[in-house]
Amino acid sequence: MKKIATGNKAVAEAVKQVKPDVIAAYPITPQTEIVEQIAEFVSGGELKSRYIPVESEHSAMAACIGAGITGARTFTATSSHGLLYMHEMTNWAAGARLPVVMATVNRSIGPGWNIWAEHTDALQERDTGWLQVYVSTVQEAYDTTLMAFRIAEHNDVLLPVMVNLDGFLLSHIMQPLDTVEPGDFVPPLHLPHAIDVKTPAGYGGLTGPDRHFKIRWEIERSMRDSVKVIEKTQDEFSRRFGRRYGFTEDYRCEDADVIVVAMGTLGKEAEVAIDQLRNEGIKAGSMRLRWLRPFPDLDLKGKEVVVIDRDYSFGRGGILATEIMAQTKEEVFSVIAGIGGQEVTFEDVADFVRQRRRGTEFWFGVTVNV
Amino acid sequence: MINNDRSAIALSRSPIRSLSLQELSIIAEIPREEYVLKCTSACAGCSDSLALRYVLKAAGPDTVLVIPACCTSVIQGIYPNTAFNVPVYNIAFGAAAACASGMSNAFRAAGKKTNVIVYAGDGGTLDIGIQAMSGAFERGTDFLYICYDNEAYGNTGMQRSGGTPLGAKTTTTPGGKTDVKKDIDAIIAAHAPPYQATAAAAYPQDLFKKVQKALSFRGPSFIHVLAPCPPGWRYSTEKSVEMGKLAVKSGMWVLYEREYGKLTMGAPSRAAMKKPLPLEEYLAPQGRFKGIDPKTVEILRQQIAKTFAKLAAEEAAP
Repeated sequence: MKKIATGNKAVAEAVKQVKPDVIAAYPITPQTEIVEQIAEFVSGGELKSRYIPVESEHSAMAACIGAGITGARTFTATSSHGLLYMHEMTNWAAGARLPVVMATVNRSIGPGWNIWAEHTDALQERDTGWLQVYVSTVQEAYDTTLMAFRIAEHNDVLLPVMVNLDGFLLSHIMQPLDTVEPGDFVPPLHLPHAIDVKTPAGYGGLTGPDRHFKIRWEIERSMRDSVKVIEKTQDEFSRRFGRRYGFTEDYRCEDADVIVVAMGTLGKEAEVAIDQLRNEGIKAGSMRLRWLRPFPDLDLKGKEVVVIDRDYSFGRGGILATEIMAQTKEEVFSVIAGIGGQEVTFEDVADFVRQRRRGTEFWFGVTVNV
Repeated sequence: MINNDRSAIALSRSPIRSLSLQELSIIAEIPREEYVLKCTSACAGCSDSLALRYVLKAAGPDTVLVIPACCTSVIQGIYPNTAFNVPVYNIAFGAAAACASGMSNAFRAAGKKTNVIVYAGDGGTLDIGIQAMSGAFERGTDFLYICYDNEAYGNTGMQRSGGTPLGAKTTTTPGGKTDVKKDIDAIIAAHAPPYQATAAAAYPQDLFKKVQKALSFRGPSFIHVLAPCPPGWRYSTEKSVEMGKLAVKSGMWVLYEREYGKLTMGAPSRAAMKKPLPLEEYLAPQGRFKGIDPKTVEILRQQIAKTFAKLAAEEAAP
């Protein structure tokens, strides 16, 4: 069904269709609209989920964990400080092998209070064992949320999935949305280690140095196995509903000399810049990274690489740039742009490419000379 | 009918006190099934596991325990073994009530009546877990929250908590605590749950009855259990039950229950209110109160009188 929706509403729409058993909700800008919309669905009887209006994000994730271990499908959403506040519990959810799906509406971190888009919140969750996917359009937010449940709950994965969308730039932007009838695309959840009072077991108790590393390794094994599950799910989605997604969205990359790598809406903005650069005779392409975890194999051999980070790791560099430098021998031009909602247009992105200098870092609006 | 002769005889030999007929009939009701199995890693004389034994006997097999970081995280044994014969879900320190809140909602959504019981220490309840607990009570979560209170962070080697009484020495209050014990029961009462009670591991029949009662209510209920700790309180291990009884008889611990806000004091506390045991008899055997300043003892004594007066007034109120 075709309609117009915001990124937040698109996520809520997908959640309604997969019918989680339990939803934990706590407000934070710019995510709030998601849990508000779901509350509307629940109170109007369109969605028969248990809606727990928790008193904090830490409790939101703890409630998803407690519900999840009974075999229930769970969902929550957060942003920024909310995500950081639940950090202990995001680790727990992954370690407990619970397929929680969470929408993170990416927002900067204080102080000072800044409610605008930035990826540093989700990137601080990079090492928790969550799968992370970054979307760039309202349609993609909806489609990816549907896929997230199927991927998380797949028995080869059983890890939580975080669907990331840029605060305001996507969460509050109206775009066309074509909803589908998911049917059995998201099959019922069968959690193999769900609590059963008839066969009592201990969960998450003491593990010694002779065993703990094995449990951690199993997380990594599932993370690796998730690559195939993601591929198959994206293929199946395309077969059923006609929209194709990959680990990256590549735009005019085949014959490109220089490739712009970015995540979220900036990656979409880059496509416009690419067209402009091509008109000038610069053979540029855009590789918008969708999945950060598991991190895909990127084909950047022999290309010049411009990475745009809407995030930073102090004392090291742009987090995405660092990830890419760890994978490719190519020298990267690292651009830090869009922090705290700093405006970055396709013109700016085109400028980054025009003025690129291998092996250097450029803070947009700060560095005077590239 | 008394049909549990062996335990009746064993208990009637107890040096503490002889049992009334009414209490004997409760012993007969206590199931023989054990849910705290042998080979726990509890310390000798641990009242946490003693209390849990009766909690689970009262709750029965259709029960899940939610346990934050506390002594019970250790007592249950090392993975892949577990000493508890009900499912146990371990969760981080500040998250027990929130986790239980999700669990209870999921069970109820699936049409299951499974008891969800948080079993948490005083640190996980009075301190780090208070926000999650307050939220879960305010939302009317259908669960039972039990705080077993050994009045310090026992699992990490006895550091002061909000539950440590005034004057008690811990590793972080080597000169004795200078603040009074946080009144968590008053905080819970402010949430107006259908049922709340205090209990003590030293009075297992009373605890058993209170757990059964708590689980008969829909919505949140709370039981605050005094759990004397031999290594933490520094008394010899065979005296845990005696310590609990001395706490009640001296008035340092008051047994009562509140049903829909209506308070009823327990018989042992009613007796203690009329004629409390000298406080020194409770303090003297405990190393944590060694060398306590007489002025501090006087403050504790005044506190006891104040608490009794407050509870008696509440009980007498129409």
